[in-house]
Amino acid sequence: MSVIRNAELVPAPARRNFATLFSNVSRWRVPLSILALCILPWVLPSQALAVNVLIYGLVAVGYNLLFGYTGLLSFGHAAFFGAGAYATGIAIGAFGLHWFIAMLIGVLVSGLLATVMGVLAIRTRGIYFSMVTLALAQLVYYAALQASSWTGGENGLRGFTVSTLHLPGFSVNFLDPLVKYYAIMIVVAAALWFVSRVLSSPFGAVIEAIRENETRARACGYDVERTKLLSFILSGILCGLAGTLSAMHLSIVPLDSLHYHTSGLIVMMTLLGGAGSFFGPFIGALAFLSMEDIFSLWTSNWQLIVGVIFILFVLYLPKGIWGTLISWGKSR
Amino acid sequence: MSVTNIGKQFGGLVALKDVTADFREGQITAIIGPNGAGKSTFFNILSGALKPSSGTLRFRGADMAGVPQHDYVHRGIARSYQITNIFPNLSVLENVRVAAQAFRSRMNIWADRSADRDSLDRASTMLASVGLSARAATPAKFLAHGQQRALEIAIALVADPALLLLDEPTAGMGPEETREMVALIEKLAAQRTILLVEHKMKMILGLSDRVLVLHHGQLLADGTPTEIQANSEVRRVYLGQNDGYA
Repeated sequence: MSVIRNAELVPAPARRNFATLFSNVSRWRVPLSILALCILPWVLPSQALAVNVLIYGLVAVGYNLLFGYTGLLSFGHAAFFGAGAYATGIAIGAFGLHWFIAMLIGVLVSGLLATVMGVLAIRTRGIYFSMVTLALAQLVYYAALQASSWTGGENGLRGFTVSTLHLPGFSVNFLDPLVKYYAIMIVVAAALWFVSRVLSSPFGAVIEAIRENETRARACGYDVERTKLLSFILSGILCGLAGTLSAMHLSIVPLDSLHYHTSGLIVMMTLLGGAGSFFGPFIGALAFLSMEDIFSLWTSNWQLIVGVIFILFVLYLPKGIWGTLISWGKSR
Repeated sequence: MSVTNIGKQFGGLVALKDVTADFREGQITAIIGPNGAGKSTFFNILSGALKPSSGTLRFRGADMAGVPQHDYVHRGIARSYQITNIFPNLSVLENVRVAAQAFRSRMNIWADRSADRDSLDRASTMLASVGLSARAATPAKFLAHGQQRALEIAIALVADPALLLLDEPTAGMGPEETREMVALIEKLAAQRTILLVEHKMKMILGLSDRVLVLHHGQLLADGTPTEIQANSEVRRVYLGQNDGYA
């Protein structure tokens, strides 16, 4: 009641302004995020940080499709990120394939892995789903550790540097940090556009309905299991794409990219920015990586500070940075 | 819809035993019985949420044994829930629109959902007919209880089912809201078959064409409200035990 009365006190035009602002932000979300990404390397302290924000932002966006929109808490998304990275690295290093084909293979492999893991995990619910995804991802981690002749084992995968991107008619110098940033940004922008389309599609409405009330969604006539599986696969493919970009960027795939630390990192970024919103995960990745960048200059125990901030967010701003902004704007 | 010798066991517990009944089109049938009589189990079987341990379930001549729950609504059977079962964070309009969309598009990841004008129009019309148009943009969780019940029914109704299953549609409602709900059900009954579970005896006897009485998982009586009121066994196990109901 008090909320409604307070709203009455704000002059009507002011309220309308906020409402229009947020609906416009939502309508122009893809151009706006591309604009933001374009200026990112100029406002962040280093281009390396900006590239990391791009890659982890994409991972978090992909993860958010499953966690924020479908309501499934996976603890195993490092598997898709890592699988995409390894597949691309192996395709270039061991088979000498063109970088574009290698990227396609990376996405394909992570999609296949997501299909297998999805089919197995989606039979379970709640905490069991999280545990099954975690266990399956650890299985992938140990497989990569054991298959060291292919993956380099503990040392990670090396020896597949991409220095020039050959395209029909021209080539791009992938060693120039700024050029590299914008080359990766084009792929990320295309992925964001894809996610935006998926979210405003009929399928996007169904996954939100499943998150809100699975029983009711089933009674409404939706095949909940198939829908969840498709969401799981799409989410895995997006994380896999981020993995292929990471491999091309670093010219090395560390074994850690498959570790559950990475899965936890993805969950943290998504929650920090705001699960279930379009911009949230990217803002979460930006905030997390910037904090790492700043605090690691002061102390090697930077994770302690980030951990405390994360806990404060979960306790007091559970909607994350962007989610809190949205509800603040709507209540005005 | 016809059920033949339906039985359901949960481990050693027999929840339903040999229930046989036919539901004719265009009738309002009420299912009553004391707590634990098997009403909910029966309802869950009719709506596909549970599969019977024995017996057969046929709808419009088709055996429903191998039909998954999510296909029931596509065959013309929709249900509402006893505990309000809506999409709390979606807008009132989106709650109904997503239910309507199930008949147009389920797995399309590429189209824009705003292109589906038909689902949107059907949802808006449905909201108007249950009196919720003014709240269309509100998140469903902010509706009053009675309005949530109406939304609950709107979600089931937008499927335009031939058979509508209502699980205690007036649960937790005051007298005024109950009267409105009864009026709504009477309006709906003109076009479809309705089956409802209820506790409010006065309402059932006035509203339904036929009453089934379940007791200890078995069908105790089946007849018109007048016959049921006159049935001595029903009076003994149910009507007489608590004057509050009658």
